[in-house]
Amino acid sequence: MKLYKYASPAMFYPVAGKMIPWFAIPAALLFAVGLYVGFFVAPTDFQQGDAYRIMFIHVPAAWMGMFLYVLMAIYAGIGWAFNARLSSMMASAIAVTGAMFTLLSLVTGAFWGKPTWGTWWAWDARMTSTLILLFLYAGFIALQAAIDDPRRADRAGAVLAIVGVINVPIIYFSVQWWNTLHQGATIRLLGKPSIAAPMLTALLIMLAACWLYSVAIVLVRLRCIILEREQNASRLAEVNA
Amino acid sequence: MLRWIVWRDLILAWRRRSDILSTVFFFVIVVSLFPLGIGPETQLLRSIAPGVVWVAALLASMLSLGRLFANDYQDGTLEQLLLTPQPLFLVVLGKVLAHWIIAELPLVLIAPLVGVQFDLSKQTLWVLFVSLLLGTPILSLIGSVGAGLTLGLRGGGVLISILILPLYVPALIFGAGAVEATIIGVTPAPNLYLLGAFAVVSLLFAPWAASAALRISLE
Repeated sequence: MKLYKYASPAMFYPVAGKMIPWFAIPAALLFAVGLYVGFFVAPTDFQQGDAYRIMFIHVPAAWMGMFLYVLMAIYAGIGWAFNARLSSMMASAIAVTGAMFTLLSLVTGAFWGKPTWGTWWAWDARMTSTLILLFLYAGFIALQAAIDDPRRADRAGAVLAIVGVINVPIIYFSVQWWNTLHQGATIRLLGKPSIAAPMLTALLIMLAACWLYSVAIVLVRLRCIILEREQNASRLAEVNA
Repeated sequence: MLRWIVWRDLILAWRRRSDILSTVFFFVIVVSLFPLGIGPETQLLRSIAPGVVWVAALLASMLSLGRLFANDYQDGTLEQLLLTPQPLFLVVLGKVLAHWIIAELPLVLIAPLVGVQFDLSKQTLWVLFVSLLLGTPILSLIGSVGAGLTLGLRGGGVLISILILPLYVPALIFGAGAVEATIIGVTPAPNLYLLGAFAVVSLLFAPWAASAALRISLE
C-alpha cells in the first residue's frame, strides 16, 4: 500500500502542510456563517431571551471536549500497539486542543449559567463530569511533559489515556447518581424537543466549524511536534531546504 | 509467587514501621483539622464526616503510593522481578495486595475511631468501616497504575496525584455516598454494591495496566 509511507512523520510533514488550508479556510467560513445564523437568524428564546445564544459556542465545545478525548486515546493506543510514532504524536497534538475545548465549555457554561440559573457554578452532573474530564486532560499533558524520552512519554500517555477512557463512563454515571442523591434534577437545560430549526442549523454549522478548526490546529501542532522530534531525519531536512 | 511477593513486602515494611505510622498519623491529622477549620457544631460535622474521612483516605494513599515501586526500582529488585518467568500481572497484584495491607488497612481500622470524633452513630461507623474496606483496594489498584507510570520521574509525588485523583472519583462518590445514605436513614446497599463492582473492575484492569506501565518505565 502506498498510503503506508505517510505513516512516517517526515513524509507526512509536507502533506500536513498542504492539508491545513483545506481545513482552516472552511472552518473560518463556517464560523462566520454559523455565528451569523446564530446571532441574527435564530429567534430569541421566549424563556432565556438572548442569553441562550452562548449555546452555539458552548454545546459544540462540550461535544468536542468529549470526542477529542476518545480520539486521543484511540490515536495513543494505535501508536502504542503498532509502535507508530505519527499516531502518538497525533495524540499529543490532540490533547491540548481537547483541553482547550473542555475549558471553553466550562467557562461559557458559567457565563450562560449566571443570567439563566443565577449562579456561575452549580454541581450539576454534566458540569462536574466535564470538570473531571479537564483534570484527565491535565494529567495526560502533565505526564507527557514530565518524561524526557519522547517514546516513553508516548507509551505512558497511551496507558493513562486508555485507563481514562475506561473510567470516563464510570465517572459520568457515578457523578449523575451522586447528583440525584444530593439535590435532584432541579436544573434542566433547554426543553429538548422544542428547538427551533434555525437554532439547530446554527448549532450544527458551529459543530462542523469546530471539527474543521480542530483538524487544522491539530495538524499545525503535529507539524511542530514532528519538527521538534525528527530534526535529524534527512527527509525532513530535504523538505525544509 | 504471589504469596512470596506479599510476604517479602510485608517484612520490608515491618523493618520500616515508621512509614506505616506516618501514613496513619497523616490520615488522623487531616481528619482532625476539618473541625478546627469549620467549627465544632455537631450537626454540621456529622454531615461532612463521610466526605472528610474519604478524602483524607484518598490523600493518605497518595503519600504511600510513591513508595509502591520506588524502593525496588532504586535497588534494582524491580528489574529482576520483571525478568522472572511468572506473569508480571501476579507480581503487581502481590505488591498491590501488600501495599493495601501496609498502607490502607491501618486506615480502615482507625477510621471508625476517627468517625467517633464526628459524632457518628454506631451503625454509621459500621457502614464507614465496610465502605472503606471495599473501597481502599480500589485506591491501591488504580494507584499502582500511576505509581508505575511516574516511576523515576521528577516531581513524581505531585504528578501521581494529578494523574490518579480524578480516577478515584467513583470510589469517593460511592464510598462517601454509602455512609451519607446511612446518616439520612436510607439503605447504603446500592452504593456498597456499586463500590464492590468498581473494585472488581479495577482488580481486572489495573494490574494489567500497571504491568504495562512498569514495562514502559523500565525499558
